[in-house]
Amino acid sequence: MSLFRLPLALAFVLGLIVLGTQPGETASITGAGSTFVYPILAKWSETYRQQTGTEINYQSIGSGGGIAQIKAGTVTFGASDMPLTPAELKEARLIQFPSVIGAVVPVVNLPGIAAGALHLTGPALADIYLGRVKKWNDPEIATLNPELKLPDMAITVVHRSDGSGTTFNWVDYLAKVSPEWKARIGEATSVSWPVGVGGKGNEGVAAYVQRIKGAIGYLEYAYILQNKMTFALVQNAAGRYPVPGKASFQAAAASADWSKISDFDLVLTNAPGEDAYPITATTFILIHRGGDDAAVKATLDFFRWAFEKGPDLAEQLDYVPLPASLVAAIEAYWRTTMP
Amino acid sequence: MSGVEAKAGAAWPGETARRRSGALGDRIFRALVALAAGLVLLALGGAAAAILWGGLPAFLHFGLYFLTSTAWDPVRRDFGAMVPIYGTLVTSLIAMLSAVPISFGIAVFLTEVAPGWLRGPVGAAIELLAGIPSIIYGMWGLFVFAPFMADHVEPWLTTLLGPLPLLGALFDGPPLGIGMLTGGLILGIMVVPFISSVMRDVFLLVPLPLREAAFGLGATRWELVWRVMVPYARTALMGGVFLGLGRALGETMAVTFVLGNAHDFNLSLLMPSTSIAAAIANEFTEADSEIYRSSLIALGFLLFLITFVVLAVAKLLMARLARAEGRI
Repeated sequence: MSLFRLPLALAFVLGLIVLGTQPGETASITGAGSTFVYPILAKWSETYRQQTGTEINYQSIGSGGGIAQIKAGTVTFGASDMPLTPAELKEARLIQFPSVIGAVVPVVNLPGIAAGALHLTGPALADIYLGRVKKWNDPEIATLNPELKLPDMAITVVHRSDGSGTTFNWVDYLAKVSPEWKARIGEATSVSWPVGVGGKGNEGVAAYVQRIKGAIGYLEYAYILQNKMTFALVQNAAGRYPVPGKASFQAAAASADWSKISDFDLVLTNAPGEDAYPITATTFILIHRGGDDAAVKATLDFFRWAFEKGPDLAEQLDYVPLPASLVAAIEAYWRTTMP
Repeated sequence: MSGVEAKAGAAWPGETARRRSGALGDRIFRALVALAAGLVLLALGGAAAAILWGGLPAFLHFGLYFLTSTAWDPVRRDFGAMVPIYGTLVTSLIAMLSAVPISFGIAVFLTEVAPGWLRGPVGAAIELLAGIPSIIYGMWGLFVFAPFMADHVEPWLTTLLGPLPLLGALFDGPPLGIGMLTGGLILGIMVVPFISSVMRDVFLLVPLPLREAAFGLGATRWELVWRVMVPYARTALMGGVFLGLGRALGETMAVTFVLGNAHDFNLSLLMPSTSIAAAIANEFTEADSEIYRSSLIALGFLLFLITFVVLAVAKLLMARLARAEGRI
């Protein structure tokens, strides 16, 4: 029976190949990189396809993979949670701009302590993650929380075991607020952690934090919202404790001084604004320079559409759209880099 | 009937032709099966060469340091394989220590003790265990088994064994429920079906006269198992154990969930560690520098080497046992 079907199947496959290789009406766009933007890119590209017929295929293989793929030229755009330096961009003939805002939020498992009740500073977080502060009732934490009764409980540090943009933004913040962290550990999508256990993905970290009493971890904002985790507040550069959310994330993006920076090579953590959330993050889109290629043009059209029509979709998925001032700056950047 | 005979008798001249075509068919057949076997060798050799090639930059850059260093620092690009190797060996050892006695018990129960009506269902249940995807074991391990270990087993182990002079160091530390002990036990549960089904099949092959003779000499059931069946089936039993060990060494997802994935060197079995397979699964997607990726591939080559050595030692051991038995 299968013998009779074989020629049919072959013909079918061949037909598909022939159809697939015929030049289409619209350019198809391929992208690869950050897992952080995958949900919103998938939503945007689905809606965009319905409206314009342009297909966008995005593979969430991780930021490192995205950078490698765009440098090799196998995809039209890459997405990375870590910005490339202007020198790197120039060498690889790439342009770079932010796409959508999220944040990294610390979560804790402490009996009797509600979400948003625990206050922490950047240096305190760094000392916890360096293994210097070992107990929850350590004076360094207790003085920040005079109204809380903190238990005499060991702190178990939880971090990501896989390389990730979430980790990059977290350790970038720790490096900015703690000279010791910067000197001893540094920043990257994965680092050599002095203490703690590693969970795979946001879900792995969340599971460990929920499992282990006295644990502290860090998660993407959307993940905390969807799973109602006990988050802690972090003091920002202006000395306030902003609640993580759209207002404080946009405040961070707007307060960052993009004008002095070329190619948007700026990590949003520790932004100076009064109400800026301190560990705000964004994902950077990487595209090849040289605007005559049809696929590159189509990609820019897609992101122009995403910035104009996509903010509602982003908010539905608990991302925060870029503030209008930043979108204007990006479009000006396109005009200068993509003549 | 007689027609067939007549035909066979009349077909003598054609017989040589048929034999010739048969010989040709035989040759084609031989070539095909040789090709099939050759493909395995080719795939194995190709895989080994490809992994070695990918890991070569790391081996050349770090040299022997790669094997002895406990460092794993992506920022400074300083990599050593000691912790993953240690984690892999320790979890596999714990798995074997827990799985072999249990599997032996299952096999003896199924072949000697269980009433006939029970053998089928229990045997089928054990084989079903082998069909559960390893990620399910991992999730069960994280959400059910690790909390159980943290709340009930590990505090008890620490108070009971912690004060002992040498053994104490193995059971020191906070009861997280996540670590080498939990990882090893989960691995043990995962390999039980493989070891026990081999052992059961081996016991079933022990000839009936041997059993009858043992009972005839007044042996108890235990004496039958331990003095007659185990010596008779020794090599095949070892084969089952090493099959399980091979599985345990390379298991990835389940271990990733419960091992803690920390590149810290810890003597205590209650502390998190990492294994070769877990480190690769965790870090490959975001390995952003050449030497980082190469170090992970080099880890893969080391796992390949460890598995190869374990299987080779097993084969040698079995060959020696078989020869020793032949002399008796």
